[in-house]
Amino acid sequence: MVRTTSLWLLVGLFGYCLLPWFMVEDGFWSFSWIQNFGTGETAPALFQALFQRRISLTPAGIALAASAISLMLFSMPAVRARALITISGIGLLLMVFQGFAPTSFGAVLQPAVVPAQAGFGVGSAVTMIALLFVLTTAVSSLGKGGDAFVVGLIGLIIALVGIFVFFPVGHILIRAFELPDGSYALSGFFARFFSSDIWSLKCVIGAGSCGPAVNSVLLAVMTGAGTTLLGLAFALIFTRTEFRAKRLLRVLTVIPIITPPFVIGLALILMFGRAGAVTEIFADLLGMEKTRWIYGFWGIYLAQMLSFTPIAFLVLIGVVEGISPSMEEASQTLHADRWQTFRRVSLPLMRPGLANAFLLGFIESLADFGNPLVLGGNFNVLSTEIYFAIVGAVADPAKAAILAMALLCLTLCAFVIQRRWIGKRSYTTVTGKADSGQHSALSPAVRTACYATALPWAAFTAIVYGMILFGSFVKLWGYDNSFTLDHYLRAFSIDLSNGIRWTGVAWDSYFTTLTISTIAAPLTALVGLATAYLLVRQNFAGKNAFEFGTMLSFAIPGTVIGVSYIMAFNVPPIELTGTSIILIIVFVFRNMPVGVRGGIAAMSQLDKSFDEASITLGANSFTTVRRVIAPLLGPAMLAALTYSFVRAITSVSAVIFLVSAKHNMATSFIVGRVENGEFGLAIAYSTVLIITMLSAILLLQLLIGQRRLRRQNRLQKSVSSKPRILTLQPAGRNK
Amino acid sequence: MTDNNIVGSIRFENVVKKYGQVTALKSLSLDLQSGRLITLLGPSGCGKTTTLRLIAGLEMASAGKIIIGGKDVTDLTATYRNVSMVFQSYALFPHMSVMENVKYGLTVSSVPAAEATEKALDALAMVGLDGFGERLPSELSGGQQQRVAVARAVVLEPEVLLLDEPLSNLDAKLRRSVREDIRAIQQKLGITVVYVTHDQEEAMAVSDQIIVMRNAEIEQIGSPHDLYQRPSSEFIADFIGDANVVDCEVRNLSDGLAEVEIGASKYQLPVNNQAPPGSRLVIRPHAVRLTPYVKNGGLSGEVGYAAYLGNQVQYTIHTAVSDLFVVDNTMGDFYPVGSKVSLDLDASRLCLVGG
Repeated sequence: MVRTTSLWLLVGLFGYCLLPWFMVEDGFWSFSWIQNFGTGETAPALFQALFQRRISLTPAGIALAASAISLMLFSMPAVRARALITISGIGLLLMVFQGFAPTSFGAVLQPAVVPAQAGFGVGSAVTMIALLFVLTTAVSSLGKGGDAFVVGLIGLIIALVGIFVFFPVGHILIRAFELPDGSYALSGFFARFFSSDIWSLKCVIGAGSCGPAVNSVLLAVMTGAGTTLLGLAFALIFTRTEFRAKRLLRVLTVIPIITPPFVIGLALILMFGRAGAVTEIFADLLGMEKTRWIYGFWGIYLAQMLSFTPIAFLVLIGVVEGISPSMEEASQTLHADRWQTFRRVSLPLMRPGLANAFLLGFIESLADFGNPLVLGGNFNVLSTEIYFAIVGAVADPAKAAILAMALLCLTLCAFVIQRRWIGKRSYTTVTGKADSGQHSALSPAVRTACYATALPWAAFTAIVYGMILFGSFVKLWGYDNSFTLDHYLRAFSIDLSNGIRWTGVAWDSYFTTLTISTIAAPLTALVGLATAYLLVRQNFAGKNAFEFGTMLSFAIPGTVIGVSYIMAFNVPPIELTGTSIILIIVFVFRNMPVGVRGGIAAMSQLDKSFDEASITLGANSFTTVRRVIAPLLGPAMLAALTYSFVRAITSVSAVIFLVSAKHNMATSFIVGRVENGEFGLAIAYSTVLIITMLSAILLLQLLIGQRRLRRQNRLQKSVSSKPRILTLQPAGRNK
Repeated sequence: MTDNNIVGSIRFENVVKKYGQVTALKSLSLDLQSGRLITLLGPSGCGKTTTLRLIAGLEMASAGKIIIGGKDVTDLTATYRNVSMVFQSYALFPHMSVMENVKYGLTVSSVPAAEATEKALDALAMVGLDGFGERLPSELSGGQQQRVAVARAVVLEPEVLLLDEPLSNLDAKLRRSVREDIRAIQQKLGITVVYVTHDQEEAMAVSDQIIVMRNAEIEQIGSPHDLYQRPSSEFIADFIGDANVVDCEVRNLSDGLAEVEIGASKYQLPVNNQAPPGSRLVIRPHAVRLTPYVKNGGLSGEVGYAAYLGNQVQYTIHTAVSDLFVVDNTMGDFYPVGSKVSLDLDASRLCLVGG
């Protein structure tokens, strides 16, 4: 413990004495702070405290020094630990306090005049992390369970989730209470929160349009119900029939993962827009009027159904397969026919799963940003209204905050219902025991119904995706349908005449996207799997709250995250807007629940006795993670990695608020093209993105496949080798 | 007590373990001598595995003190205790070869590679698996995997070796030879072994000392012989070997003898000091000899069920006092269901237990 603590104190001192305490204007890596070392704003805290009379910077230094002294002074481990906890805890609190000094919030608490102060920089970050680990190491040495590694990990993840999930969302909550004149009041909040602008029900009585919140809920309920029914049809065909093209259906489940969220909307415009293919056909053959019906509720609904049915399908495959065949066999031996078995046994057993799929669809629909943005027309939903409140003609951050609160309330309600109510009612428990028996086949009526709904829908989905590919090669959809490569050339041309020059307009954002996704993916997988490890393998006080907190960011819509980040991280103490760091961070914490879920699933399959065996053999938790758990989680780690990579590429809702001219992302670039009406370019770019992600996924499959193959080869070799003759008695027995 | 005796001794002082509201162990005190094979025996949920995990340091005591080898280890986690464990599932790391598995504990404790290899080879040889080092655990049979697990645990030369239901994943035929192997290794290394099982026959076969647990408490501690001959309670009598426990009349006589009356028969049995009021009589199934019915005032009954098992016949006899389970391995006359029989009880195989 002494060694670990001294090490972290050294790191802290390094941060305090040698690294620039505040954010460096032209970036840390420009190293301008080294040229002017020790002077001005870029000086390390030690210099600023000593020579610039910034008394507010002394607590961190004092905390480090006091920790070092108590480390030497106290020999009783318990006394030492308590002293260190107190000192580092107070030090951390004072540092946070100091960081908030220049904000309006800090001004209330700290009226003394403080010179203008930038956000936390590298030095303060390093010092804070060091103090945090001094604190957790001391806590672990109190011997209440958990060694330094585990407690440190818990502390780190709580700190990260606190700073990058709860702080921004809390910030937005405070902003929602802000009145136009800059003061805060409760009274105004409720009036604005429940105003008819948001919750109007006029459309129900046929007198105008509804508020965005009502629209969102209506759409979400319809989408949730529709995707669940279609998903069930697909799942039944997939698991309970002899359908031949099951592999093709499986492809359907991968598609939404690699589809940027607005792409379906684009394809629908190509089909049903004013100049759309289907519209043209109907107009020619039947003389129907060309309308703009696709821009509005039905367009968004169709797009969301196409986007989210595969998600319901994926969830419901598990649900349908999870029903023990012996239940159905029991029902049949009790003289129920196939329809009765389905109606009275299978369906009731699936009910929690169906409700779960419904809520997932509900949440996805509420959070969906891409499709309403492309197809919205006059049909306002919350997610796009938030966006327009920020970037629209009249920027109104307070309104954005209120709308974000409304959206957050809706998704959180659904999330809580899903966890509290449905979580406890799942009948499909996997016991690990092989349950023999056959799932009963579907009754003819159910089978026909499934085929009749699912297969046309699958065909429709295929056509929509065909449109995307096709549309990228057409000059000007609906007007000039000649073949062209122009869109690809404009986006991705390379000039080789004079060395390589990336002349296409898309290269810039494409490279940024790849770079940022590549950096974010391993971090996401790491944070996600570390959290999963703590949740599955460790017991600590407040674990339930910890789990809820980490899974919460799953329920926070991307738009809300985007708005809250841009509001919270635009001012000290954490100033990140306009940097690439904020993009990386938003991906890590938005996609973290995916990593957590994957990690939990994978780790639950690893028997806990592996860890315990390693621990009783004298390894500590860090060694155990490194040498036992991590190697066994190999495939799960690869999957989490690819998935976070792909999610980072397709993400648009949060990112669109956070991109800057310097760091533009592919998705926001495409949305920009769509807004300019450059559909061809947008679709060509989307196609390239889809291909990029598909290659990433295939690469992963190949890697995992290789691994399995190697194992099998080895196994077969050893099986074929001649069995050796064994001596059953141990040597000691012959004595 | 010499130092040698202290190494490997285990002491529990009022150890309590609670999981939230659930009490897994109620104030347990134990004093186990080193170098013996001790079994924790009891029905599932009795706290025996919790006790084992507390010794290992995989669970931390909610209250009380744990002392291993004379050293207070209450607050030490498993990493820092000189205790090894063989898991029920063996928990062999599937991504490491047999050799890497056995060497693991040495490697993470920074033992030089050459020394680690040498020790691991010795350990593998001891369990009869030389030459298997390069295999993966998945390429071994269940019995071999178990021996790798034992080798991996003993290679660290622990003070105490813990075995958690080591035979439960083996088929019945293999169990007997493996339990002999375990006993042989324990004798050879002279280390303390704590062994958890719910199978009383297994416990009787290997142990120096058996700790019977029930409802998060110790019911009785003793040698296999003690537990069978002098059960302290009805539960023990029934759990260790089968037993019929019946009501009886007890009159105290002098010299540690009691007169026990069951039906019309009287027996004189040795008791400690006084037989407690409400005592009941333990009749082992083997203690009953069946003879064709004779009206002599002794215990008699009618055969309710008879099962012929080859080496023995098992009967259920309806008698005036109770239904009795009787095992006849003399292979004398066979009494079909419905026949009337007289029952002779062998007084040397009867005992009294408190009510």
